[in-house]
Amino acid sequence: MTVLESMAPPTGGRFGDFGGRYVPESLVPACAALETAFREAWADATFHERLAELRSVYAGRPTALTPATTLSADLGITLMLKREDLAHTGSHKINNVLGQALLAQRMGKTRLIAETGAGQHGVATATAAALFGMRATIYMGERDMARQRLNVFRMELLGAEVIPVTAGSRTLKDATNEAMRGWVAAVEEAHFCLGSTAGPHPYPWLVRQFQRVIGEEARAQAAVQPDVVVACVGGGSNAAGTFAGFADTRARLVGVEAAGGAAMTHGRPGIVHGYRSMLLQDDQGQILEAESISAGLDYPGIGPEHAHLGATGRAEYATVTDDEAVAALGRLARAEGIICALESAHAVAWVLRAAGTPELPAGSTVLLTLSGRGDKDMATLAGVTE
Amino acid sequence: MKRLYPYLTGGITEDWTDYLLAYQEAGADAIEIGLPFSDPMLDGTTIQQASDRALRRGATVDAILADLAAVRDRITVPLFAMTYANLVFSDGPEVFCRRLAEAGVSGLIVPDVPVDEADGLSAAAEAAGVDLVLLAAPVTPPERLAEIAARSRGFVYAVSVLGTTGERDELAGTAAPLAARIKAVTDLPVLIGFGISRPEHATTAARAGDGVVVASALMRRVLDGATPGELLDDVAALRAAVDQADQEVPADHAHAEVSGDRG
Ligand SMILES: Cc1ncc(COP(=O)(O)O)c(C=O)c1O
Repeated sequence: MTVLESMAPPTGGRFGDFGGRYVPESLVPACAALETAFREAWADATFHERLAELRSVYAGRPTALTPATTLSADLGITLMLKREDLAHTGSHKINNVLGQALLAQRMGKTRLIAETGAGQHGVATATAAALFGMRATIYMGERDMARQRLNVFRMELLGAEVIPVTAGSRTLKDATNEAMRGWVAAVEEAHFCLGSTAGPHPYPWLVRQFQRVIGEEARAQAAVQPDVVVACVGGGSNAAGTFAGFADTRARLVGVEAAGGAAMTHGRPGIVHGYRSMLLQDDQGQILEAESISAGLDYPGIGPEHAHLGATGRAEYATVTDDEAVAALGRLARAEGIICALESAHAVAWVLRAAGTPELPAGSTVLLTLSGRGDKDMATLAGVTE
Repeated sequence: MKRLYPYLTGGITEDWTDYLLAYQEAGADAIEIGLPFSDPMLDGTTIQQASDRALRRGATVDAILADLAAVRDRITVPLFAMTYANLVFSDGPEVFCRRLAEAGVSGLIVPDVPVDEADGLSAAAEAAGVDLVLLAAPVTPPERLAEIAARSRGFVYAVSVLGTTGERDELAGTAAPLAARIKAVTDLPVLIGFGISRPEHATTAARAGDGVVVASALMRRVLDGATPGELLDDVAALRAAVDQADQEVPADHAHAEVSGDRG
């Protein structure tokens, strides 16, 4: 993919019927300025050089593509793992954050505001803020703070301010509302470093562009082109970044949602957090609270590009329960010596369930993005398995 | 005549329409009715709590509109609904606007539908005879401001501050300059809202624009259990504060014209 081709923006900020910029007037100029800055940066070779350098000397990219030999033999497929768990800070979230921090610096912003669910995006943002000498304010639901305490500690150690959000379900949905409120009040000095392919235009597009490094690396690393490409989906950034590398191939693209946060499977179109997409909501249009063991997938929406990929049939979306995810995490750990994040375990669980069925016939080659490592989830798992 | 548009979250209590009647009796020129949404992105804690309380009581758009229809013949002032995009688009903007009109609601304010996303909604509102009010913010650039003013109906809502709704100690310094900029490009009334917390704020803001919207300061009282009679006194005090600005109309005009020349 050349720089020029990859610049193509979604028309009017839309992916088919989805996307848009449904934000208060106070945020419209900031979104427009961010779009302009991103277009300029993305067309600027110097920006790409700086990003490439940060990726290699700081974030540890390229991340490995690991053949999952034991599982492959057990399941009768060829399974390759794209190892975002090996990236600095322990997940793919750093890819997006380094790009946005560079952009924020280019725009003269001195502060980063972010929402976080599992805490991985918050940690990545706090990390970039430390690296770039910026202030970081991270909004996190109280419930997520309790189940991801280690990540709260990491963020604070990195010098970020973590603000507990007590409204609603006290998870990612509410943290996102509060981060947007914080941004409205600080829009002139702060950059909203959104953590997934959600939110108002240009975020879903911009975040996917910063995450496409996952798919592009994987495509170059894979000795055999995959028949199926699979990734877990919360807001959808690791999946969108992975899919971007294979969109023009014949590979099936499979996004895996948490059964309790399955916007594609159980939602209908709606508008929240600045964008139109598939959303869990009641018949009145009130947004429902998601319910997943994995904080990063505990979200009632999904990025608009996924809604579009689903509507056009280019990608498929499946769901995995908490129990399946926990079991998959353990099986991967014992088979391959890799403890992945609970989020990523949803993708693993789908492969375990589908392998050998018509959904994923024996002999298939599968590329799976392991979006992060499981350290943050040890307390949750200890609670589950006790 | 300077205007006073007080706000009430629909369905906040069982007999919430009594507050409407009190507002009207106290001299409201129009009333803004919040249709509660689960994720009110532009609201501070007071309106969030009011929305939560109403939703927990089981308030729905249908129930609120039905309550309104029941008191419709006793309400003579215009009613504006204020809510978020997802409720408006849930059954489609045509259906939504028609339901508003049938319940006697003549205006609509949707803070997360900026002018760029408003085409479908403004057509639906116009067809139903509902005024779609657009909002302008202190950061809105001049060309955009002109477009917002041209496409707004009923009035133009000047968001006084970069921030959410919620009470503030001082009226934001950005309020008066924004009102002047809007007045320079439209003949529609310009109402200033967000953070009008005390009668003094209302006087100052009404001087700069054509009137004020007051929400959180009243809803905090309602949340604290104040009765419709007590709210009548609060709104009457705001009425007097707004009227005080009226007595200085000529000076206000001169100010607006000077500012308008600059903008
Ligand atoms: C490890 C990991 N994977 C996946 C996700 C889900 O996000 P997305 O769908 O944007 O990749 C998160 C979010 O917190 C995460 O921490």
